[in-house]
Amino acid sequence: MYEILEKRALNIDVDLFKIKAPLVAKNTKPGNFLIIRVDKNGERIPLTIVENDEESVTIISQKVGFSTKSLSKKNVGDCLEDVVGPLGKPAEIKDAKNVIAVAGGVGAAPLYPQLKAYFDLGTKIDLIIGASNKEHLIMLDMFEAICENIYISTDDGSLGTKGFVTDVLKDLLKNNNYDLSIAIGPLIMMKNVVEMNKKYQLKTDVSLNPIMIDGTGMCGNCRVTIGGKTFFACVDGPDFPGEDIDFDELLHRQRYYRDEEHRCNLRLGETDD
Amino acid sequence: MIDRVKMSELDALVRNKNFSEVALGLTIKQVKIEASRCLDCKNPRCVTACPVNIDIPRFIKLILEEKYEDAYCTIYQDNILPAICGRVCPQEKQCEGACVLGIKYESVSIGALERFLGDFCLKNCVLTSEDIVENNQKVAIVGSGPAGIACAAAIRRLGYTTDVFEALHEYGGVLKYGIPEFRLPKSIVDEEIKRLENLGVNFHKNVIIGKTITIDQLFNDYQYKAIFIGSGAGLPSSLGIKGENLNGVYFANEFLTRVNLMKANNFPTSATPIKIGEKVAVVGGGNVAMDAARTAIRLGAKEVYIVYRRDMEALPARLEEIHHAIDEGVIFKLLLNPVEIIGEDYEIKAIKCQKMVLGELDSSNRRRPIPIDEFETIEVNNLIVAIGQSPNPIIKNATPDLTVDDWGRIIVDDYQTSIPGVFAGGDIVTGAATVILAMGAGKEAAKKIDKYVRTL
Ligand SMILES: Cc1cc2nc3c(=O)[nH]c(=O)nc-3n(C[C@H](O)[C@H](O)[C@H](O)COP(=O)(O)OP(=O)(O)OC[C@H]3O[C@@H](n4cnc5c(N)ncnc54)[C@H](O)[C@@H]3O)c2cc1C
Ligand SMILES: Cc1cc2nc3c(=O)[nH]c(=O)nc-3n(C[C@H](O)[C@H](O)[C@H](O)COP(=O)(O)OP(=O)(O)OC[C@H]3O[C@@H](n4cnc5c(N)ncnc54)[C@H](O)[C@@H]3O)c2cc1C
Ligand code: SF4
Ligand code: SF4
Ligand code: FES
Repeated sequence: MYEILEKRALNIDVDLFKIKAPLVAKNTKPGNFLIIRVDKNGERIPLTIVENDEESVTIISQKVGFSTKSLSKKNVGDCLEDVVGPLGKPAEIKDAKNVIAVAGGVGAAPLYPQLKAYFDLGTKIDLIIGASNKEHLIMLDMFEAICENIYISTDDGSLGTKGFVTDVLKDLLKNNNYDLSIAIGPLIMMKNVVEMNKKYQLKTDVSLNPIMIDGTGMCGNCRVTIGGKTFFACVDGPDFPGEDIDFDELLHRQRYYRDEEHRCNLRLGETDD
Repeated sequence: MIDRVKMSELDALVRNKNFSEVALGLTIKQVKIEASRCLDCKNPRCVTACPVNIDIPRFIKLILEEKYEDAYCTIYQDNILPAICGRVCPQEKQCEGACVLGIKYESVSIGALERFLGDFCLKNCVLTSEDIVENNQKVAIVGSGPAGIACAAAIRRLGYTTDVFEALHEYGGVLKYGIPEFRLPKSIVDEEIKRLENLGVNFHKNVIIGKTITIDQLFNDYQYKAIFIGSGAGLPSSLGIKGENLNGVYFANEFLTRVNLMKANNFPTSATPIKIGEKVAVVGGGNVAMDAARTAIRLGAKEVYIVYRRDMEALPARLEEIHHAIDEGVIFKLLLNPVEIIGEDYEIKAIKCQKMVLGELDSSNRRRPIPIDEFETIEVNNLIVAIGQSPNPIIKNATPDLTVDDWGRIIVDDYQTSIPGVFAGGDIVTGAATVILAMGAGKEAAKKIDKYVRTL
């Protein structure tokens, strides 16, 4: 069984879980994700593996809907029904000297293992980290250990620059010479970062989060259009070069089940245990 | 000659709103009548036409003698899943298609008799304990579909410690995630798995070979002597036309997996949703297409079309499924091929189809469809693409030494792959085929594995 060994609330919406899963942990590389089912009737939901050791994997999950809320109700000693991984291609760690990384909200979680891999190679990293407000910024202490400079933006100005990460990015791009950008966060943020970086001929790696089921390339639910061609994010990604991604299509595909997700959420009241 | 008995079925207008099994099986009385029709041929054509050469006249004779357990065992020697094959084999192309009675009358209902025995013995718990002499050698089986199950059973009986690794959270492969409940109740698949567990086969879910554990690791870190790959043909083929990634367009695998594996028909009790509009088109003419169309009807679609580029005679699906689909109200739009999916605001609105006419016979011995310069646009809320599957490349990608052909199928010589000690069978070798062929391959491969391990 997949036992929860450690649980920590990073803020009111985001929890960190360390889960016993030795088989998944063994082959995990930065950029890999896993799929869990919280309980017997549960959905299969993908989450990035943030860290791993001999016998466990660490995930960071934001409560956005039914399944992530069900997960957040689990405590140390509880078990998850299913954990499978490591999935996806490991992140391609490129030859870069100066990286500008952009994290939006819980996107900080999938970004961390990649940046750590760059840091271990001696790459200089500047990070822009954004969230709706001060309380929603996560993992700052972890990033401080591996980043040269950290720039904070919050929508309400409660910490750092008031505004979006792209506002900060614009200034940094004007005054610095980066050879690679990595952006992980809400789709709309990644789309805007890619567009802005393009103006400076800077390439952007992003990590996509389409709806998934199996995570093995069997169902095709996770398909994305990149440069007019179809890719399955679970096996061909989840990391892709950002330039030619059809973000608008993906935004719509993510919202396909919005009404059903709402109905499912109504159940949360009933299943409180 | 007495008429072939008719299996009773749920009423079409009742069953097209639920997921209960459609074909209800034969009563013992019917079974005896049907069995009595067999001529017990000297050179039984039915046996030759069965891919695993089950001794059909023998099991039928045993039925007449009311030796149901012996009859079951006769089948079991060649096919460990009679309850399943009796339901899903394309009998009209195999055993029944060759039955000599079919020339003048109607063939013996071999599949229905086989199903009866399978169900009878599952219910009455025949064959629960077996004496197995352990040899303490380890064999790993990749995938719990028909190929993996058959290989596991056969290799376990020879005394091997047998571990089945399955990528998904349930066992059975396509029997679980592909073929719907109304055609093959999932409880039957679970019973069969339980019997293998009783035999001492160890099942491990959530293990993707090539990701969670590599082939190299199975040998080096876990000391397996041999590995059987039965990972199936799970990669959906795409139409490759404009609009395929619009909302409302499903690959059949996603559509069927949401319902069969994730139980989306019980949403929101099951947390996985599914969305189906009033008008649904399914492209394709095989079992997968019929299953998708009939599932769509059950989920509440008002009009469901099968869009197929050839004619009715050329449909590759099992005959029974085609009949059931017609009874349940599926509309067949033939000699049509989708060329564009038309959308609005990233959601499908219609499909544009090109009309076809039939030409000369092609390599599959069916008349080749030829496009003509006429088009038909069909308004739909969903399109389900069911035009085929090819092998999933995960294992190949993680195992460079494993040789595959241009279609990604593992190349084998007598079940032996390019890597010593690694064997393969089922859809991963043949491409999408049938349950019985996959099972036959798994069982034969077990013999080769045993032979190989003995040489070590
Ligand atoms: C490769 C990958 C890595 C991810 N890593 C993280 C992570 O580290 N931390 C984190 O908090 N979130 C991560 N996500 C997103 C996370 O999977 C979704 O937030 C979660 O599935 C939502 O489920 P829900 O039932 O709580 O919400 P719902 O109410 O069902 O949905 C909320 C939104 O989440 C998305 N979503 C719903 N179901 C799925 C699904 N089965 N697969 C993917 N997205 C879905 C949809 O866009 C939906 O609109 C990742 C997603 C992917 C694809
Ligand atoms: C919808 C549908 C309807 C069908 N109807 C019929 C029918 O009526 N009659 C008939 O005879 N045939 C039918 N078929 C075809 C038949 O189901 C297949 O030919 C048969 O299941 C093949 O068996 P298999 O064991 O080779 O593969 P599968 O049944 O595909 O099983 C392979 C298993 O391996 C697992 N796996 C894959 N990769 C890995 C990995 N790397 N590590 C671990 N596990 C892995 C998969 O999750 C799966 O469980 C149908 C197929 C479909 C899709
Ligand atoms: S296994 Fe299939 S083909 Fe063979 S006898 Fe049984 S139903 Fe017929
Ligand atoms: S061919 Fe028909 S009649 Fe002859 S043995 Fe087979 S089932 Fe019986
Ligand atoms: S999640 Fe099913 S193919 Fe990617």
